[in-house]
Amino acid sequence: MRIAVASGKGGTGKTTVAVSLALSAPGRAALLDCDVEEPNAALFLKLNGIEESAVTVPVPVIDESACTSCGECARFCEFNAIVHIGTTVMVFPELCHSCGGCALVCPVDAIREEPVAIGTLACASVSRAGESPLRIIQGLLSIGNAMSPPVIRAVKDRSAAEQEAGAVDVFEIIDSPPGTSCPMGTAVTGADYVVLVTEPTPFGLHDLDLAVKTVRKMGIPFGVIVNRSDSGDDRVVRYCGQEGIDLLLQIPEDRRIAEGYSRGQPLVESAPEYRSVFSALAVRMKTSARPASGGVQ
Amino acid sequence: MKIAITSSGKTPDSQMDSRFGRAAAFIVFDTEDDSFTALDNTQNLEAAQGAGIQAAQHVVNAGARACVSGHTGPKAFKVLSAAGIPVYLAPGGTVADVYQAWKKGELKQISDADVEGHWV
Repeated sequence: MRIAVASGKGGTGKTTVAVSLALSAPGRAALLDCDVEEPNAALFLKLNGIEESAVTVPVPVIDESACTSCGECARFCEFNAIVHIGTTVMVFPELCHSCGGCALVCPVDAIREEPVAIGTLACASVSRAGESPLRIIQGLLSIGNAMSPPVIRAVKDRSAAEQEAGAVDVFEIIDSPPGTSCPMGTAVTGADYVVLVTEPTPFGLHDLDLAVKTVRKMGIPFGVIVNRSDSGDDRVVRYCGQEGIDLLLQIPEDRRIAEGYSRGQPLVESAPEYRSVFSALAVRMKTSARPASGGVQ
Repeated sequence: MKIAITSSGKTPDSQMDSRFGRAAAFIVFDTEDDSFTALDNTQNLEAAQGAGIQAAQHVVNAGARACVSGHTGPKAFKVLSAAGIPVYLAPGGTVADVYQAWKKGELKQISDADVEGHWV
């Protein structure tokens, strides 16, 4: 059961909701921090046994002794990552999307692919009161790299590999990057349910609408959580009503939550009455999830 | 020899385009007879990334042996250098004026990119 927490607008409370869901979900749970350009879920958790590993992508390396300078690779590359000038073939690894096409079209096998590190995975466990420990897997894109989707996929693949070993249904909670472009799409792909977190402001509504259109196009069931629900107006609530969207929860402003947040304390600890609310929400999402892939038990 | 100048339009009376990779066009002059041809670059205006590389490739393919622009980034500069094409910077003005300034030797040749690469 995979639940993605996304938003459209940044700073609405995705991580607050994702951490709360992960700490409250019944049974086995994993939190996947896929906001790899600025992962921050771990700031709210006490991690045990951190293991780190590199995320690599294959990029082409040209064997100049074998290269006949035919230019097929440069013509094939959609991303201008290979340039052919005279007898020189230049590779720009930062533009490479690692499709492997250049190596396939090279008629003399002068191109091999070598792994280049673009980020780091960190895995750890977090103990939970009255429940089995929470597994957390975080992706971090290295500074200077621009393509986050491979790191996001690595986080999801790692979690999938760990689950195959366990063979028990796990509540996987994905903390998605903001926006509605490739990073968000990569994080949300394959989710059984999406939670869209927003705020009751014009900006919050504008970006919620974009996120709703995206998730509808992806065909994934979804619902909305309005954070700091009494800080703006009722336009988001009215929008959900008009669009027939499931309004899962409204979280009013609360000084305890803000103070806890400033100390790195999760919402369900600074306002413990929310623990049963999020636990019930996790179960409710499971029943609303896409039937085809939901409930792997 | 041929020299390529970044241009906002298809004729020498157009203003020079200060950008290299995302210039609207290149005007390629032939110094033998001052004739010119216009090279469209608009497909690169739309490119998500690698515009400088692709534009440099166009300049190379057009047979230019020198290039003038307002700015040139690191990837474009690397491609032009590999092709042995010197890059000169001009402050602005019409493409025709920039061409005359280059012919008089008034423009400065750069030995490295003068601006940072764009965020992919």
